[in-house]
Amino acid sequence: MEVNQYLEMFIEESKEHLQACSEHLLELEKNPDDLAIVGEIFRSAHTLKGMSATMGFEDLADLTHKMENVLDAIRNEKIHVTPEILDVVFESVDHLEEMVMDIANGGDGKRDVSSTVAQLKRIESGEEAIPEIVATTSETPSEASVLEYDGFEQTVITQSTEQGFNAFEISVRLREDCLLKAARVFMVFEILEKDGDVIKSSPTVERLEDEQFDQQFYVAFVTKESAEDMQKKLMKVSEVEEVNVATIDHGKFSEKEYEVHNEVAATAMLEEVATPAPTPVPAKSATPAKAEKSHAPVGNKTIRVNIERLDILMNLFEELVIDRGRLQSIATEVNHTELNETVERMSRVMGDLQTIILTMRMVPVETVFNRFPKMIRQLSRDLNKKINLEIIGAETELDRTVIDEIGDPLVHLIRNSVDHGIENPTARRAKGKPEEGTVELRAYHSGNYVFIEIEDDGAGINREKVLAKAIAKGVVTQEQSFLMSDKQINELILASGFSTADVISDVSGRGVGLDVVKTTIESLGGNISIESTQDVGSIFSIQLPLTLSIISVMLVEIEKEIYAIPLSSIIETSIIRSSDIMNAHNQKVIDFRGKVVPLVFLEEIFEVPRKELQDDEFHSVVIVRKGEKLAGLVVDSFIGQQEIVLKSLGNYLTNIFAISGATILGNGKVALIVDCNALIK
Amino acid sequence: MTNAVEQENIKVIVFQLADKEYAIPVSHVQGIEKLMHITRVPKTANYVKGVINLRGVVTPIVDLRERFELPISEHEETTRIIIISLEDMEVGFVVDSANDVIDIPANSIEPQPEVVGSLEEEFISGVAKIDKRLLILLHLEKVLNPLK
Repeated sequence: MEVNQYLEMFIEESKEHLQACSEHLLELEKNPDDLAIVGEIFRSAHTLKGMSATMGFEDLADLTHKMENVLDAIRNEKIHVTPEILDVVFESVDHLEEMVMDIANGGDGKRDVSSTVAQLKRIESGEEAIPEIVATTSETPSEASVLEYDGFEQTVITQSTEQGFNAFEISVRLREDCLLKAARVFMVFEILEKDGDVIKSSPTVERLEDEQFDQQFYVAFVTKESAEDMQKKLMKVSEVEEVNVATIDHGKFSEKEYEVHNEVAATAMLEEVATPAPTPVPAKSATPAKAEKSHAPVGNKTIRVNIERLDILMNLFEELVIDRGRLQSIATEVNHTELNETVERMSRVMGDLQTIILTMRMVPVETVFNRFPKMIRQLSRDLNKKINLEIIGAETELDRTVIDEIGDPLVHLIRNSVDHGIENPTARRAKGKPEEGTVELRAYHSGNYVFIEIEDDGAGINREKVLAKAIAKGVVTQEQSFLMSDKQINELILASGFSTADVISDVSGRGVGLDVVKTTIESLGGNISIESTQDVGSIFSIQLPLTLSIISVMLVEIEKEIYAIPLSSIIETSIIRSSDIMNAHNQKVIDFRGKVVPLVFLEEIFEVPRKELQDDEFHSVVIVRKGEKLAGLVVDSFIGQQEIVLKSLGNYLTNIFAISGATILGNGKVALIVDCNALIK
Repeated sequence: MTNAVEQENIKVIVFQLADKEYAIPVSHVQGIEKLMHITRVPKTANYVKGVINLRGVVTPIVDLRERFELPISEHEETTRIIIISLEDMEVGFVVDSANDVIDIPANSIEPQPEVVGSLEEEFISGVAKIDKRLLILLHLEKVLNPLK
C-alpha cells in the first residue's frame, strides 16, 4: 500500500484522536466513575492503534496498545481511576502527541517511552487485571466479528433479531482484477437494500464509493432472507470472488460493549482510518430508530484542503478584485448601460465569492484553546497550585494563518499567569481569596479585530519590583521611570531581556521572555496590552486583525496623493468651516456633536509637498476613532468608498509611521493605507 | 568571497550611475523595469522614493544616486528600475541606465581600493577590471540596510 498518500490524513486524524483522548481524560478526571467516557477514550485509542500499525509506526501502535490495555481494565472495572493512573495515561498521550509531531516533521515517530510503558504495565498488572486482559486481546479472529458496533447499532441489531430478522455480517471480496470496484459495491448494495437494511459498513460508504479499499469490505445487514440466499444473490454480481455471510451474535453485546481486535492486517487500515465513531450508512438504513442518532455526521461532509491552495485561490481572487475596481472605473467613465449592469452583477457575485473564500480560511480559535486544559492541569500539579481554567468564546473564528501563529504566545502568557500570577493556596487564603485561582481565557470579535484575553485573579504585577528590575537591567532609566504610567510599567515585562521571577522556575524560565510574545503578536499586525491591579489580578489583552486581506476603505485625496482610510475606523465625514476650528494647547480642535475632537492635518503628518498654499474656507474632515478616542483627519477631498486588497509594503519598509499597508487602485497606482490607531495617542 | 573564487565566472548586470559602472550578480536581479508611477511613502529616508505596483506586488523603490549621495539628476528616458531580491526583501533600484549583462571572471575581482573615501565606499564589495572598464560590485546587504 502506498503509505505516503495517507500520511497527511493519518497525521491529521491522529491529532484529532489524541485531542479527543485529552479532552475525555480531563472529563474523566472530574467524573472518575463515568465508564462511558472511558469507552470514548478507548475508542479513540483503538482507532489510533490500528491506524498507526497499518502505517507502520510500530512504536506508536505499541504504546497505544499498552495504554489501551489500561483503559480496558478501567472499562471492565478491574481497576479504578485514580489521579496517579491518569497521570500516567496523560503522560502516554503526551508521548503519543510527540511521536505524531515527529512523524509530521518527517521523523519516524520513535521515542524512548520505556518508563511510561513500565508504569502502564504496572498499573495494568497491579491488580487482578492481567489474565483477563491477555484473554481479551488474544481472542482468535475467527470468533470475533470484524465490525464494531456502537450502542445504537447494537440496539438495532438486537431489536431486529427479536422481531424475527436475521442479522448478518457479510464480507464481500472482489476479484483482484476487478476494474470497477465502486460499481460492484453499488450492485452489492442494491441487492442488499432490496432485501433488508444495511446497518453499517466497513469501510464507510463514502470510502467504498471512492474505491478506497483493497478487495474486501464488510457489511452489517438485517434481513428476512436466509444467509444462504443472501450469499447466492451476492455471488451473482460479477467480479465478486467470495461472499461470507455470518450471523451476528447479539448475545455478545451484553457481555461486552466492544470487541477488542488484535488483527491489524489489511482490513485494519480500511476500518480504522474511518471516523472514530462508527459511521452509519447514510440514508440507506431506514431503520426507525435512525432519528435518535443525533450525533451522526450525516450531510456534513468536509474536505481537507492544503492551505497553500487556499492562499493561491486568495491571491487570484485579489487580482480579480483589483480588476473589478478597474472595470468599475472604466464603466463609470464610459457610462454604457449594459456595461454598467454587467459590472454591477459581477460585483455582486464577487461579493458572495469573497465571503465564501474568506470564511474558508477561518478556523475557530478552539483548535488552539483546546490544548490548554491539559496544560493547566499539568502546571497546577507541577506548581502545587489550584487552578480553574475557564474558556469563553472558543467558537470565535480567526484566519488560519493567525491561528497557526498564536498558539505559542498564548502558551507563554498562560504559563506566565499561572506561574507568576496565581499564588499558591496558602498565600491565597492569607489574602482572603478562594484557594482555587481562576484563569479565564476569552476570545471575541470586535470590529475588524479579534480580541483574546487572559485574565487571572492572581497577585497582579508588582509595580516596584518591575521598576527596580527594569532599571537594574537598563531597560529604562531612573528619570524615565518617574514619568511612566502604571500601564507602561506593566508593559515593561514585555521588554526584551526581562524576567520578574526571582527564581527561574521550570515553567517560565525557558530562556525566553515575554518579549517574544510581543514580537510575534506584532508581526501578526496585532498588539498586546496589560492591565493589572496588585493582589486582584492581571489581564493580558491581545488584539489581532482578522487578517481579512480585503477591506472597505474611504479613499481621500491630499494634493495629488491618494490615501485609504479603513472604514472600520471611520465614524463619519464632515465639512467644516475654518472659523469652526479652535485652538487648544497648540492643538487645533473642533466641536463634534458636543465633543472636543483634535484635528490631524494629514498633509503635515505625511509631509505632502504642496505646489501652492491653498487657503480654503472649508475643510474635509474624516472623523476616526480608536476605542473611545476620536480624531478628525483633515484631507483635501473625499473620493469615495471602495473595497481594496490589503498589501504589505514588504520587508524593506517596516514600521512606517501611520501607514499600515498599501493597496493597488483601479488605475494601477499604489495607494497607502492610513493607520488611524497610530494617529490617536 | 570564497564563493566567488570557487566559481569561474560571475554573471552580472551592469548599470550606470553618474558616469560610473556598477555591477550586481544576476542571481539577485528579478528584472529591469522602465520608470513608472511611484507612490511616495511619507516619513522614510530621502533615498526611498516610494513604492510601485510591480504586477500586483507593492515594491519599494530606492534611488541609488541619493543612496550614494551622488548629485541628483532628473529622470531620463534611459532611467531604469532594477528589481533586486535579497533574502526575503524585494526592492527596486533607480539607476541612470542598465543595458549590459556580462560574465566577469571571479579572479578579476579585487578588493575595493582603500582610498576611495566617499560614502559609496562602504557599499562596495569589490571592483573588477574588464578590458578598459572598471566595474564596481555592490554589497547589496549594506545598500539595503539603513545607515547606522
